[in-house]
Amino acid sequence: MANERTTRDGIAVVMAQLRAHGLPDRLSGDVELALVEVVNNVVEHGHAGLGGGLVRIDAQLSATGLDLCVSDFGRPLPGGHIPPMQAVDLDCPRAALPEGGFGWSLIHQLTDALRYERRGTRNTLLMRFSLTRTHRTRQRSAPAVP
Amino acid sequence: MFLTSTQRGGARIVSVKAERIDAAVAIQFKEDMRVETEGGPDRVILNLSDVSFIDSSGLGAIVAAMKQLGAGRRLDLAGLRPMVDKVFRLTRMDTVFTLFPSLEDAMAELEG
Repeated sequence: MANERTTRDGIAVVMAQLRAHGLPDRLSGDVELALVEVVNNVVEHGHAGLGGGLVRIDAQLSATGLDLCVSDFGRPLPGGHIPPMQAVDLDCPRAALPEGGFGWSLIHQLTDALRYERRGTRNTLLMRFSLTRTHRTRQRSAPAVP
Repeated sequence: MFLTSTQRGGARIVSVKAERIDAAVAIQFKEDMRVETEGGPDRVILNLSDVSFIDSSGLGAIVAAMKQLGAGRRLDLAGLRPMVDKVFRLTRMDTVFTLFPSLEDAMAELEG
């Protein structure tokens, strides 16, 4: 995957495979959105100026949930960690409303667990989606990862 | 070009003829919105009933489209499908825009 268009195609393939392996419809939208946000972050930040690069997605689906592992060899996350869950400030005049900065907030809210590792030149982001939780996408006020 | 627009009851209705508003089309969407809404009525209704998926880039493009309308004009959103509606609620953008279940609901508010 190298840019926004190949991201779209690549994630469509991954989603089709996950559904073929039994990913329930009720989880499908959340998983797709989280994957799109994560991979777009890699494309727009991790690989920016590096002439593109590959993003690898590994998945493990069980009776209790889905574990996704997204890895790449782009830049590390700034500061070496996942940005904390932070609501975007919308209490401002219309002309000052933010047009970005929603990605990590969505990823935090769509996942049940989130972990980032940098080993050597490799970034790995692990996301868990629970199949047993009844009420998905609860609002989190605290960071999911300390 | 994946937008069409009509004028009805003093509002410009812009319909998105695409299943996705994502990073691949966000910049084009913003530019097309500028063209479709230039010099029209103060109220613009964006009909999203064909859109099943939006990401944060698409959301940003809708915010940008609203901002570029300028003072005194408003952008309402209609026909949000479940995952689109969810993105607006999770980002609290449902507090910035008025969301209508359907285009008919948006028009009813105008006429009523």
